[in-house]
Amino acid sequence: MATEITMPQLGESVVEGTVGKWLKKEGDKVAKYEPLLEVITEKVTTEVPSAAEGVLLKILVPEGQTVKAGTIIAWIGESGEKIPEAPTAPPEAKPAEAKPTEAKPGAEAAPPPGAKPTAPKREEGGGPPISPVVAKMAAEHNIDLNQIMGTGEGGRITKKDVEKYLETMKAVQPEEQIPGLFFREPGKPLEEAPPAAKPIAPAPGAQALSPMRRAIAEHMVRSKHTAAHVTTVFEVDLSRVVAYREANKDSFQAREGIALTYTPFFVLASVAGLKAVPLVNSSLTEDKLVLHRDVNIGVAVAISDGLIVPVIKKADEKSLSKIAQEVNDLANRARQNKLKPDDVSGGTFTITNHGVAGSLFATPIINQPQAAILGVGMIQKRAVVVGDAITIRPMVYLSLTFDHRIMDGAIADQFLAKVKEYLEGFSAP
Amino acid sequence: MAEKTVIQAIKEAIAEEMAREERMVLLGEDIGKRGGVFRVTEGLIDKCGEERVIDTPLAELGIVGIAIGLALNGMRPMAEIQFADFIHPAFDQIVSEMARMRYRSNGTWTCPMVIRAPYGGGIGGGLYHSQSVEAFFAHVPGLKVVVPGTPYDAKGLLKSAMRDEDPVMYFEHKKTYRLVKGEVPEEEYTVPIGEAEVKREGTDLTVITYGLMLHYSLQAAEEVAKDGISVEIVDLRTVLPLDKKTILESVGKTSKVLIVHEDNKTGGLGGEVAAIIAEEAFDSLDAPIMRLCGPDVPAVPFSPTMQEAFMPNPEKIAEAIRKLAAY
Amino acid sequence: MAKAATKEKTEAKKAKHETLGLTAEDLKQIYATMVLSRVLDERMWVLQRQGKAAFHISGMGHEALQVAAARAMEKGKDFLHPYYRDMAMVLFWGMTPKELLLSLLAKAGEPASGAHQMPAHYGHRKLNIVSGSSPVATQIPQAVGIALASKIRKEDAVTLVAFGEGATSKGDFHEAANFAGIHKLPVVFLCENNLYAISVHQSKQMAIEDVADRAPGYGFPGVVVDGNDVLACYEVMRIAVDRARKGEGPTLVEAKTYRIVPHSSDDDDRTYRSREEVEEWKKRDPIPRFRAYLQEQGILDAQGEREIRSWAAKQVDEATEFAEKAPLPDPSEAFKNVYAEE
Repeated sequence: MATEITMPQLGESVVEGTVGKWLKKEGDKVAKYEPLLEVITEKVTTEVPSAAEGVLLKILVPEGQTVKAGTIIAWIGESGEKIPEAPTAPPEAKPAEAKPTEAKPGAEAAPPPGAKPTAPKREEGGGPPISPVVAKMAAEHNIDLNQIMGTGEGGRITKKDVEKYLETMKAVQPEEQIPGLFFREPGKPLEEAPPAAKPIAPAPGAQALSPMRRAIAEHMVRSKHTAAHVTTVFEVDLSRVVAYREANKDSFQAREGIALTYTPFFVLASVAGLKAVPLVNSSLTEDKLVLHRDVNIGVAVAISDGLIVPVIKKADEKSLSKIAQEVNDLANRARQNKLKPDDVSGGTFTITNHGVAGSLFATPIINQPQAAILGVGMIQKRAVVVGDAITIRPMVYLSLTFDHRIMDGAIADQFLAKVKEYLEGFSAP
Repeated sequence: MAEKTVIQAIKEAIAEEMAREERMVLLGEDIGKRGGVFRVTEGLIDKCGEERVIDTPLAELGIVGIAIGLALNGMRPMAEIQFADFIHPAFDQIVSEMARMRYRSNGTWTCPMVIRAPYGGGIGGGLYHSQSVEAFFAHVPGLKVVVPGTPYDAKGLLKSAMRDEDPVMYFEHKKTYRLVKGEVPEEEYTVPIGEAEVKREGTDLTVITYGLMLHYSLQAAEEVAKDGISVEIVDLRTVLPLDKKTILESVGKTSKVLIVHEDNKTGGLGGEVAAIIAEEAFDSLDAPIMRLCGPDVPAVPFSPTMQEAFMPNPEKIAEAIRKLAAY
Repeated sequence: MAKAATKEKTEAKKAKHETLGLTAEDLKQIYATMVLSRVLDERMWVLQRQGKAAFHISGMGHEALQVAAARAMEKGKDFLHPYYRDMAMVLFWGMTPKELLLSLLAKAGEPASGAHQMPAHYGHRKLNIVSGSSPVATQIPQAVGIALASKIRKEDAVTLVAFGEGATSKGDFHEAANFAGIHKLPVVFLCENNLYAISVHQSKQMAIEDVADRAPGYGFPGVVVDGNDVLACYEVMRIAVDRARKGEGPTLVEAKTYRIVPHSSDDDDRTYRSREEVEEWKKRDPIPRFRAYLQEQGILDAQGEREIRSWAAKQVDEATEFAEKAPLPDPSEAFKNVYAEE
């Protein structure tokens, strides 16, 4: 009997996947667990091993098509075996989630007044109605409701939105802060590393949007729609970091077998910042602000078709060399499409090193549902004034794009100040 | 604890109270040899005799009027109205006489008695074997009106009703009789009249309901939990007097309320519950109070399709919950 | 056999009341109560017309049958479930002019209802007088229930329930009588037929001459009696009560009488019946009629009549003064006795 091959659900929040490439063609023999196709999701691109042994009888979903997880994409069976009738389930035909039942006549469930997003009841200010409990909480806590983004129907501010807001405000009170992390120095002498990977430029000319490209596009736009993006920029003197790297890169290479890039230094600087200002290490979910206990730092890696962000888990517990090892490993596997779902999930903060391409500073887009993203510009020798003297120093622009819903500029600047302090005061372990 | 049906729980309560209280007398149509059309009083005539288990003529006014007389003269009558739909001929005796006796005699004459009536639709009973009548009586000070939903509550509330010094209307949903099972302790217990119970805890919204709709609401809550909606369910159990405290506490917690009842919407209990919330918990509200009720048609129609259209069910309730949660 | 002959002769010479076992003192008490009721009733009309009472509903003309019925019952054991015309009945049974005037003036301490109810809605827990309401006939099934309780407990108490002929048109009457017949309950149905239900004549109320004719349909006897003849009423009531007490079942007693005044203080009977008719019935007023019997029997002379009149007037005057001085209920009473106090 023929076995159906379905689109796997690659990650807990993933609901669909795109067939990147069929690694077998119809009629090919397939062994169980043999790679059958490549699937691209928002989070990861991976090979999918065959669920059965036999002949690939029929491919139902061609390359480039996106279907919901659970959709039948192929049949494997005995050669010449018939496959069941009407197997071509369109993506909509097998919904992964239960749909709300259609309204039935009879039961008189009136929609709440003012509930229709098309014609919400407007108050004087022009927004959706303010409920009694929200009005009361606003009065009690002296809240300007304009500062709260509503998640209710038609953008209405719900009681939970206000509670979340109050929690956030509480979190930024100095006495409420989690004590800052003491920087853990790298434990091993540093060695020389190979040069950092260069991003691959897209081929010129008009071309169809690849699944990866489309995923990135959707992700970026959604982030822009979700978060209130603001970017703040600090200039940092990297003299001590550059000196340390220059002095240790060869021994590092010899010892660890990989190049010592600047990325681990920025990861550690970010750790210091996140520990000092935990609000930056948070997520705004549907109903609450989550301050993350773990510091999981994603590092954007350019690959042939776009960008992927593998994550260094618990970066605050790792040494410079360990971080360097992980960055190297993740970047390599990213370029080979060998990342596992777990490698790209759980990030609480992201670093994008746009400086490798010569960019001085940028305004990156937040990787949802995180609170901020750090952009690292090109390290450049510049004439700067130190004391009363003009001197030449390796300088870098660090830009932090943060979600203004979660924090205000002062908080973001506190974070960057801490990062700057760490980098400028860097001392050998 | 043994698992029992609603009807077993009611049977037990009656049998135990008959044994405990010798002043207790049952009267109603077909309750004797037949043991009631739903077999609630099965075997009692043999155990307690014809004088205490009285098959009455087909006359609801008389059943209630005579029961009032029994109560006035020191007995503890329990009158059964075969179907709640047939209670209306006795309305005058219930409302103008029984309910008012204590007040009109300045507390000197009283009517400690119970009127039981099976109510509710979804059983193919058509216009005259399906009605919900609790709202008529919940409007009458002097009465207590209970509408239990579970076997535990059915037994405990019936015992409390029999021991109450005031007249109690006891409405039991026919569809729950054998459909709903639950734990009923062997040992003696009562459930106080006038106390609602939170049957399920939740944080996103409160469903206030009773009777068969309690079970449908619990099913709906289970369903929407899959979507991450956390529903609290308040089982009123007593609709007169209403347990304001429990209602308001739950509203204070969730700030959103859906009231579900099978009785038609206009003038139903939902209106009263909504008014209490609006009056006493206005500034807790984060959404308009919603009601999901039977439609305003004269009665539950007979044909299955129309009956289905009339009755609230778990799907309709889940839909209403989702709507309210999204607000 | 001479002895028997003597006895027979004595019986023949016996006055009617003696054959009924009533003494001269009994008759004077009955008569005095009838007079008291009439005087009190007249006072109530006066107080209503003075604007001191909001409402009065009268029993004038019904006194004979009411007192006779009460006399036939056993106070302290039996139950009365009267209706709004039964002032003479409840007076004989033990309610006082003071209590009734408190009720008329809606004063605190009124025993029937604590002044929750209009006057003439009699009730008295200690006297086994059951609280009544305004919708007619509702008391009838309740009285049957009271009688059923007595029967279940094997007590020999009898319940008397009174109502007008208009009430017999209601289902309450039918359902109650039917049930009482089935179970042979110790209850006496007393229909005070005064020909009018407010303005509607009996001929528009039923197609039969005598309400009592309905009783055989329920399986028990119905008796018609002249309601203005106190001794005839007593005789019939005694038989009915005895039957009930012996477990022989109910009796429907229909006492034909006439209300010689309008239905209530809000009614004007000139709109529906002729003055001639009213005057004709006033000639059959039960009070002068019974007085004539008492005088004929040598039980009451002019002096005795004066004494009774003066006693009644004094009772009513004192009661009026008492009731007028009595306080109105505290407004908070409006909120009590809805449920058993916790």
